[in-house]
Amino acid sequence: MTPLPAPVLSETAVTLCIFFILLVPLAAAGLALVNAGLGRSRSAAHSMLTSLSVIAVAAVVYFVFGFSWQGFIGQPAHVFTMGGRAWSWISAEPLFLRGLRLDDIPTLLAAWLQMLSVGLAALIPLGAGADRWRMGASAASTALLAGCTYPLFAHWVWGGGWLAQLGVNCGLGHGFVDAGGSSSIHILGGLTALSIAWILGPRLGKYGHTGLPNAIPGHNSVLVLTGCMLAWVGWLGLNSAGGILFTGAEPGRVVMIAVNTTLAAASASLTSATVTWRRFGKPDASLIANGWIGGLVASSAACPFLKPPTAVIVGIVAGGLVMFAVEWFEFGLKVDDPGAAISVHALSGIWGVLAVGLLAQFSGRTSGQFLAQLVGIATLIGFVLPLTYGLNWLLNRFYPQRVAADGERQGMDLHELGADAYPEFVIHTEGFIQQ
Amino acid sequence: MKLAGFLLLLAGWAIVLAAVVLLVPALPRTGFVLAGVGVEVLGLVVVVRSHLAVQGEQRE
Repeated sequence: MTPLPAPVLSETAVTLCIFFILLVPLAAAGLALVNAGLGRSRSAAHSMLTSLSVIAVAAVVYFVFGFSWQGFIGQPAHVFTMGGRAWSWISAEPLFLRGLRLDDIPTLLAAWLQMLSVGLAALIPLGAGADRWRMGASAASTALLAGCTYPLFAHWVWGGGWLAQLGVNCGLGHGFVDAGGSSSIHILGGLTALSIAWILGPRLGKYGHTGLPNAIPGHNSVLVLTGCMLAWVGWLGLNSAGGILFTGAEPGRVVMIAVNTTLAAASASLTSATVTWRRFGKPDASLIANGWIGGLVASSAACPFLKPPTAVIVGIVAGGLVMFAVEWFEFGLKVDDPGAAISVHALSGIWGVLAVGLLAQFSGRTSGQFLAQLVGIATLIGFVLPLTYGLNWLLNRFYPQRVAADGERQGMDLHELGADAYPEFVIHTEGFIQQ
Repeated sequence: MKLAGFLLLLAGWAIVLAAVVLLVPALPRTGFVLAGVGVEVLGLVVVVRSHLAVQGEQRE
């Protein structure tokens, strides 16, 4: 039997953790603004209301089922024995958060942080389904994410599950390490976004008869860039709180987490700015914003274990990766992802997780760390992607997720809410009807 | 074809899991994990190509 020990937090660490968790909703606000700004003006109010709805659904479903499946290190869990070793695969906490005790501060903090994190993960697919994903369907899909896929994988990473046990059970470094959620929040959300983009199909008029994509630019760069700034503050809280709770970072280390998070985002956005400037002659606001968020996502996994120069490397690679991935998905794979959720969250997240194995500096044993990270990525692509696609495909069979063509032409605001976000000056055109 | 792609993804993951749980020496374990990842990449290619084919049919 090889359970991982429950973390012990000092009073300073608890105080800091509470402060940092209070910042996390700003990351959600930032992502919601980015998604709204990158969509069309005739779906802006729908986008923001859907964001609020999925956060609400995620919180309630996570309260009912989620935490009882995810649990936390040191809490009861179901295990199976294989190869002479015990592997924890799902938590055994009671439903409705009834297992929480007021004197178990680390578990309380973990439950609170996770309730916010699952909302953040649920916001990611909204970027890929913008302008055509019905609000009811996105809420139902969020319930599947918050009640099934997220808690299962998060238990394996943060609840003392089998991925976290790879170090103890197999001698693979420190086991799968992800301090701030590059994998369990962002790759999981990004893979769900890919599933949604595949199931919904592209927006009307996105691809012509020749298969070449038409540009449908986001309607408000100011929203997008404001969202980036809010997300930065939220990420400082998310990475710092995750670092304290899931990797046992001391308060002094938290300063380094903040420095690394900022450097990764800054270098990623500068890389995007340089590339767009060189390629198009002018910097592109939406791509630079994508680079910024991509840098934040990539920083999450390794932020407590990086030195500032390596955080810059993480950011530069993330910024370049996002730039080319956005084009690859749009032109090569014909995936219509208005919010670049797949490139920004799934691909940057994968890079961030691999960066733990390549660039992180741990105290103690490090051999096998890269293999542990690779096993985590293989689990996300080989298990989580089929699971999330299958669940959403089933949902789509019983409750169609895409809005009717007329509704899409009219705009999601008028069709689903009956009122526009900008009633004073929006003129509806048929400019994007399939030619 | 899409189903075959997703089954390949699951098969690749199963190879990775088996390698981690059942193999102890570092070299064979790493080799089998990489082989499992390779099968997953193949599965992804099949899934992507099936979606491209469906989209092409819808455009026509």
